[in-house]
Amino acid sequence: MSNFQSEFENLARVVRRRLLRMHHESGVGHIGGNLSCLDALLCLHHAVLKESDVFVLSKGHAVGALYATLWSRGRLSDDDLRKFHGENTQLAAHPVAGWMPEIVFATGSLGHGLSLSAGLALGKRLQGQEGQVYCVCSDGEWQEGSTWEALIFAHHHQLDNLTVLVDVNGLQGFGATSDVASMADLQTRIAAFGVEVVGIDGHDAEAICTAARPGVGQPRFVLMRTVKGRGVSFMENRMEWHYLPLDDRQYEQALAEQEPL
Amino acid sequence: MRSVACSAWCRLFQERPFAFLTGDLGFMALEPLRDAMGRFFINAGVAEQNMISVAAGMTRSGIDTWAYSIAPFAYARPFEQIRNDVCLNRLPVRIVGNGGGYAYGVMGPSHHAIEDYGVLLGLQGMAVYVPAFAADVEPAIRTMALDSAPAYLRLGRCEKPAEFQVPAFQPWRLLIDGGGPVLAAVGPLAGALLKRVMVMEPSVRPALWVLSVMPNGLADIPPPLVDAVRSGRVFAVAEEHVAHGGAGQALLAALARRGVAPARFLHFHAVGYPSGRYGSQAFHRQESGIDPDSVLERLAATGSPS
Repeated sequence: MSNFQSEFENLARVVRRRLLRMHHESGVGHIGGNLSCLDALLCLHHAVLKESDVFVLSKGHAVGALYATLWSRGRLSDDDLRKFHGENTQLAAHPVAGWMPEIVFATGSLGHGLSLSAGLALGKRLQGQEGQVYCVCSDGEWQEGSTWEALIFAHHHQLDNLTVLVDVNGLQGFGATSDVASMADLQTRIAAFGVEVVGIDGHDAEAICTAARPGVGQPRFVLMRTVKGRGVSFMENRMEWHYLPLDDRQYEQALAEQEPL
Repeated sequence: MRSVACSAWCRLFQERPFAFLTGDLGFMALEPLRDAMGRFFINAGVAEQNMISVAAGMTRSGIDTWAYSIAPFAYARPFEQIRNDVCLNRLPVRIVGNGGGYAYGVMGPSHHAIEDYGVLLGLQGMAVYVPAFAADVEPAIRTMALDSAPAYLRLGRCEKPAEFQVPAFQPWRLLIDGGGPVLAAVGPLAGALLKRVMVMEPSVRPALWVLSVMPNGLADIPPPLVDAVRSGRVFAVAEEHVAHGGAGQALLAALARRGVAPARFLHFHAVGYPSGRYGSQAFHRQESGIDPDSVLERLAATGSPS
């Protein structure tokens, strides 16, 4: 493991601990899909995004990973995170807009983020603005027709200032993606539309940081093979952790697995 | 109204840049705008959900954006995109629906929009503009362009009587005064009614008002209209829209909040497709009883003025 990867893994463990604490204190789930994309969010926010770039979380149910990532960047405090899922809060269970610049859109209903991102990218281009739009979406989200509408649009307009990271964790709300509406091989299907596509290990920080770059004359899609519940042994590749909260015993076990390398 | 709108957008574009998306509609109408706007005119294809979200994204990037289709495709197919991506994000996307109400006639119910503004007015911050006359279109567009709220423009067919001088565009206008019932119409239907009312005896004809902006117009009812209703005159609302969520219900509620209850209230509204048969806009208006003959006959039957 390179220095970069070991440093990143330690960062991921710290942030994972904070994410688990936030969810446990709030008594809420949606942890599995947060953990599958957490490494990507950390890479983007710590190593990829420039000031002129914009990040869009299309899989809004993974906002816990975004809050924890923004905490790791010093943009949210522990006090902020304690308000997660509470009353009179801006840290709702899906992102709400208009309260901090890093959260540009209210999302949560799947199939919106890619179109929003394409609009941002086209708007930037029309106004001669610099910067890349990075969008993280789920694999289940590709069952939404609007996502394919957005793919067609992004390809047609050659939005090379749009980079999309797809969290292919293979599990959705009530079954395995392959059982519910199989689109395997998603990478091949997306590539068939003429956009730039690459497949990577979605927990390999070096691979994420290398892959998350602008396309050449086309939007770039990064299909990240991920593990739902990544980093917590009893959650990994278990569908139920799409929804379940942690009890005290599970929480202690999950924390114990996050000791630094 | 569509060609008038096209000219208005062309002029507006010369003054301030904006982007214009169409859902593959505008043939024989929007070509001048396409030619004037160049790369800022985008045919987003037959993909209205994507179009509205793209418009939200573009607006968020800093460029004013309009999204155009025929009315049902502009609001119904992408409803969640309007609700979430436009309204919940408080983005002033301007949505244009051409051919509101039964305007697309025998094209069939898939092409009608008789519940559009009722649905949209339930959304956070949404403003609705329903120009009554062609002359209203440019001021409506310019008002929308300056507003920071999401907005929906329902375009129809101008039915202005040839000799009528249209008063300046406002949320409410008194088109013609009369001693009979107080009749408030929404959008172009006012023109069709006006044609008939203009030739009636002033002492018995309705005082015809037109409402073109909601929800502001629903909250700020002109005092003379309120006073007329309070005085005991019959109050009627005519709109090419279903009753539920329409202007009639909203106006009654607004009056009630002022402690004003009409002595008698008639609501002329779209009822859908009661016969299961289809035809022109005039056919559907007649079936709903919102054509000028039906409206004025029913008003006359009330015996007003009392």
